[in-house]
Amino acid sequence: MSRVRLLLPLVLLSLLAPFALAKDAQPASDDPALEQRLTRLSQELRCLVCQNETLADSRADLAEDLRREIREQMRAGKSDKEIIDFLTARYGQFILYKPQVTPTTYLLWFGPFVLLLAGLAVLFRYIKQRRDLIPEKPLTSEERRRAEELLRTSSRKETA
Amino acid sequence: MLRYLIPLAIFLVLVVFLAIGLGRDPHEVPSPLINKAAPTFRLPQLKEPSKTFSAEDMRGKVWVLNVWASWCVSCRDEHPLLIEYAKTGAVPIYGLNWKDKRDDALAWLNDLGDPYVLSASDLDGRIAIDYGVYGAPETYLIDQSGTIRFKQIGPLTPDVWQDKFLPLVQQLNREGAGR
Repeated sequence: MSRVRLLLPLVLLSLLAPFALAKDAQPASDDPALEQRLTRLSQELRCLVCQNETLADSRADLAEDLRREIREQMRAGKSDKEIIDFLTARYGQFILYKPQVTPTTYLLWFGPFVLLLAGLAVLFRYIKQRRDLIPEKPLTSEERRRAEELLRTSSRKETA
Repeated sequence: MLRYLIPLAIFLVLVVFLAIGLGRDPHEVPSPLINKAAPTFRLPQLKEPSKTFSAEDMRGKVWVLNVWASWCVSCRDEHPLLIEYAKTGAVPIYGLNWKDKRDDALAWLNDLGDPYVLSASDLDGRIAIDYGVYGAPETYLIDQSGTIRFKQIGPLTPDVWQDKFLPLVQQLNREGAGR
């Protein structure tokens, strides 16, 4: 009984949770398809104030302004590419979480593959060197006899 | 010997890169607007909202556009410098009052002094988006043809003003006079 009494206020409190969340809701427009498109696009864009947040997640003032701008441009019938061009012309590539492939970003895009190839080259050279270190020496007849004997005893053990 | 030197060399290169990376301010994003035409706008003036101000009005002049707001803490730090620079008359300084309340902005100029020839009110921040503003204060140097020649992100410092702005202003004025 006492546990119920303890729990009751908590349950009642938890009923308030949706109201707390409701305050955080963004001023969505009445067009769910457009909002979905906005969310998808702004998830690929960086909020320049907070930098490690996407434009979709950020609650910074500037992010809200930019979302409004994108929303308006979408209503005006602009394509995603046109909107991204609009933003990069003003804020630079930094606003994109996925930078475009241009000469300045070649290192970013292809650098890891270059490193991978370099690593493979080093690995192959190392393995080859190691292999060259092993002297190619044929077995003497005495060694061959011992090896065969050992093989024979081990196979006998396995069958037993 | 080499097998110890190579990892050491790689390590040193890494240290140099990390040291450079640590010394850089991640908030300083290079603006793609440098050497591009300053976006046009026509906005009401802060002090006389019935009048407007446009970037076009400044054709033929070298001028500075400073983005500020009364809610912006760094702007307060920068303000005495702007007043000092405005007094020298080296270059006219115009303000873009960004996402501010008119009363707050006017009170701020009243309290701290007004370095601006005039300020334009960008209440909803649309023009600031055109200028790629993401954190006030930001300061643009715009030449006679309406091209952005320099952008300072964050507060101006005496060093930046002496080493970047003034030499460029002088150079642009010389070029303009020779034309």
